[in-house]
Amino acid sequence: MARKMFPSVPSAENAAFWAAAEAGTLMVPKCKSCGKSHWYPRALCPHCFSDDIELIPSKGTGTIYSWSHMPRAPEPYTIAYVTLAEGVTVLTNIVDCDPKALKIGQAVKLAWQKVEGGPQVWVYTPA
Amino acid sequence: MSIKGKAYIVGAYEHPTRKAPDKSVAQLHAECAAGALKDAGLTKDDIDGYICAGDAPGMGPINMIDYMNLTKIRFMDSTDVGGSSYLLHVAHAAQAIALGRASVVLITLAGRPRSEGQATGTAPRAGNPLVPDTQFEQQYAAVTGNGYAMVAARHMYEYGTTSEQLAWIKVAASHHAQYNEHAMLRDVVTVEDVVNSPMVATPLHRLDCCVISDGGGALIVTSPEIAKSLKRPLVKVIGAGESPKGQLGGMVDLTYSGAVRSGAAAWAESGVKPADIKYASIYDSFTITVLMQLEDLGFCARGQGGKFVSDGNLISGVGKLPFNTDGGGLCNNHPANRGGITKVIEAVRQLRGEAHPKVQVPNCDIALAHGTGGMLGTRHGSATLIMERE
Repeated sequence: MARKMFPSVPSAENAAFWAAAEAGTLMVPKCKSCGKSHWYPRALCPHCFSDDIELIPSKGTGTIYSWSHMPRAPEPYTIAYVTLAEGVTVLTNIVDCDPKALKIGQAVKLAWQKVEGGPQVWVYTPA
Repeated sequence: MSIKGKAYIVGAYEHPTRKAPDKSVAQLHAECAAGALKDAGLTKDDIDGYICAGDAPGMGPINMIDYMNLTKIRFMDSTDVGGSSYLLHVAHAAQAIALGRASVVLITLAGRPRSEGQATGTAPRAGNPLVPDTQFEQQYAAVTGNGYAMVAARHMYEYGTTSEQLAWIKVAASHHAQYNEHAMLRDVVTVEDVVNSPMVATPLHRLDCCVISDGGGALIVTSPEIAKSLKRPLVKVIGAGESPKGQLGGMVDLTYSGAVRSGAAAWAESGVKPADIKYASIYDSFTITVLMQLEDLGFCARGQGGKFVSDGNLISGVGKLPFNTDGGGLCNNHPANRGGITKVIEAVRQLRGEAHPKVQVPNCDIALAHGTGGMLGTRHGSATLIMERE
């Protein structure tokens, strides 16, 4: 059974991002002015401050940049930074995995986890 | 304009308590203030500047100023960058003094996480939804422990750093703590003890983590004229730097911290270099925190921190860089989950020659104190302070 998560409270700023997430698509913001992707999503590009941002559907693949497993938590879980194919590195959980077998650089793929009281959120599993 | 030589630390007090169920947080702040004033030989009515951070109950500094009835305040600041706050508070006090906006500045820290039963580093807490990153991160339960652990995991991957090397940092702190009668953990531990302690957040073990303690501390910073009128050894501020670091818009890089920039600023202002430092207080929320800061401050090359801390190199009287001779946050005290003020206090003890004789560094004339506040793996503040005995 999936670990109980604090539900996200979507901001008005990111309504389109969260609507896509609810529909099962992870969007990665990309600035039309400087051409760079960014994470986490925001209205002004954190690289150049342009507000000309488009949301691009993520390919759903990435590699583990770093991770840590919490074996003594009431519901043990694994936190990670995953570098997406789009180039940004996102904070997430690795689920449905053997934490002893995880490695930095390992390929992972997108999955969705339901959260009570909030929108579903992106997690990753070994590819 | 520089703060070099414009301000002196004349009062430094660490509360002896490590568990205070019978005291309020405000009371602990005031007791620390009274202790630092007594240490300096000054009185409450000499204070005309006050600085605190988020551990002080109330709106910024306002409620604590009223509680202590500080009636002459003309400079106040409540910059909160977690445990690193108090190091940059000394720099902010020095700036105010250099500009003539204050003459005697009090800085306090206090808290009671131990009495309140906080699982500080491991319990997920619901974030404020107005904080912009909360909606994208809190569901994944980034807690203090695993936020630092991911930095350690990446360092091991990039540079081959080992758990045994990290353990040496705790071993060194424990060698110092055995002489501190107030330290929460006074037993000397071995590398084996550390790596065999329970895994908390891979690759960090329980003994890679700092203590959770009640208590606090206070500092008094003043002008050269007032400092020279007092009867205490002269500890002069000669350089400081502060820097934040975060996720860089998604270009996350865990191989360095804000200390790269805060350290560079402090070295430049002070005119001294790592080889001149006789004693260093290095923030030790976790063993990995120390290793990262030693590299970022230039005490060793990037990736060489593991080798640098091994074989007792941080133990006073044994190694090249005596660190945290009070036992640090790893063994002595981490009041309010914020170790910044105790870093300055032990550096002042060393510069005055008032550290425990078993750990006092001979001829300690130049010392550094550095803090990392917030979470090293997501977003944090870094503050560096360099001091000289005159």
